[in-house]
Amino acid sequence: MVSWWKILCIACLTFALIGGFLLPVPALPILHESIRNLYYHVPMWFTMMFLMSVSLYHSIKFLSSNQIRHDLWADLSARISMVFGTLGLLTGMLWARHTWTAWWVNDTKLNGSAITMLAYLAYFVLRNSMDEPQKRARISAVYNVFAYVFMLVFIMVLPRLNDSLHPGNGGNPGFVSYDLDNTMRMVFYPAVLGFILLSWWILRLRIAMSDHKTPTE
Amino acid sequence: MRDIKTLIFKEARLEWKQKSMMGGMVLYVVSTVFVVYLTAKGLVSPNTWLGFYWVILLFASIQSSARSFMHENPARNLYYFSMASPVSIILSKMIYHTVFLSLTCLVHLFIYTLLTGYPVQNSLLFITVSLLGCWGFASTFTLISAISSRAGANTTLMAVLGFPVILPLIMVCTRISIQATSGLDVSVSVKFVLALVALNLLSSTLSVILFPYLWRE
Repeated sequence: MVSWWKILCIACLTFALIGGFLLPVPALPILHESIRNLYYHVPMWFTMMFLMSVSLYHSIKFLSSNQIRHDLWADLSARISMVFGTLGLLTGMLWARHTWTAWWVNDTKLNGSAITMLAYLAYFVLRNSMDEPQKRARISAVYNVFAYVFMLVFIMVLPRLNDSLHPGNGGNPGFVSYDLDNTMRMVFYPAVLGFILLSWWILRLRIAMSDHKTPTE
Repeated sequence: MRDIKTLIFKEARLEWKQKSMMGGMVLYVVSTVFVVYLTAKGLVSPNTWLGFYWVILLFASIQSSARSFMHENPARNLYYFSMASPVSIILSKMIYHTVFLSLTCLVHLFIYTLLTGYPVQNSLLFITVSLLGCWGFASTFTLISAISSRAGANTTLMAVLGFPVILPLIMVCTRISIQATSGLDVSVSVKFVLALVALNLLSSTLSVILFPYLWRE
């Protein structure tokens, strides 16, 4: 089924992929043009947070309404967020290898994002340990809320408390508005939008697949 | 307010009747400290000393919190459910465990100092951060214990769920502890202590908000 947002998604991603590699970026002595990683690495994390927010929303809705459909949405959006989180870690490690010559460094933001992944993986372990659907939905919804709040602490709060090598924290240039020039912004914003729409598309497909196998009300 | 006090005294009285449990905790702490003392074999650097200290405290808190929900049988739970509100129950458990863990922490510090030395320069800061850390451990692990008791009363599950979530607390605590051992001026640590208090308030509040959903049968 063709929707306006699917077409927008394809357009944004095509532009981000082609423009991300062909449009000019500042070239620096040691870093060369590795800043291009920004177009792909950062949207992965934004998408992960978007999906985790969707999961949180549905967990809270389940706790207040007890409709099992919300549990399905919470579970599947958490699963897809893991995919994007893993991709975020991998793209980050690739950039780190070129910039800091190490695949991983002992940095607050890096550790925080890895621990977030661990917390959500524990969510899946918890889900697997219970059989009865209502109980599983309720208890995993409680843990989901807990994990989300701590995720915000790991990714947003802790890196601001400690020094960090990661761009955007610890006094390094990153997200402040005057750190990104207009050409880069032109590719960056569509990339973010494209990946978020892509994740939504994947989520909708997964929900449809699950409905096809076992319809819920 | 009065039921919270009654419930706290109930926990304390139950614990006192089975002194073996309390003795067991002290023995656990002493044995672990002994293992560290024997494996470290002599002088350790302050950071290593702190690392071992916090790890032992972490495992002791898991042990004590695991007992809070895991060993209660369903019939008794039904009785409590009819007698007191879930908020009173979780608050009483959290307060009781904070006090118990703080006492265990002091015993731990005493034995640990006896065997491995005391490189801390700012004792007041160190004791403060230990007690605040105990509060944080108790509040987080009480909720995690409640979640895992509903999901099959498995201690492994409790560790899996608990470790990712406890990490920001440990990171902040060790940071402040290192500052206490380095003899830096207290003003450096103030923002971290405030962050620690905020984290503890966050996990306590979340536990109180989320526990009623778990308590429903």
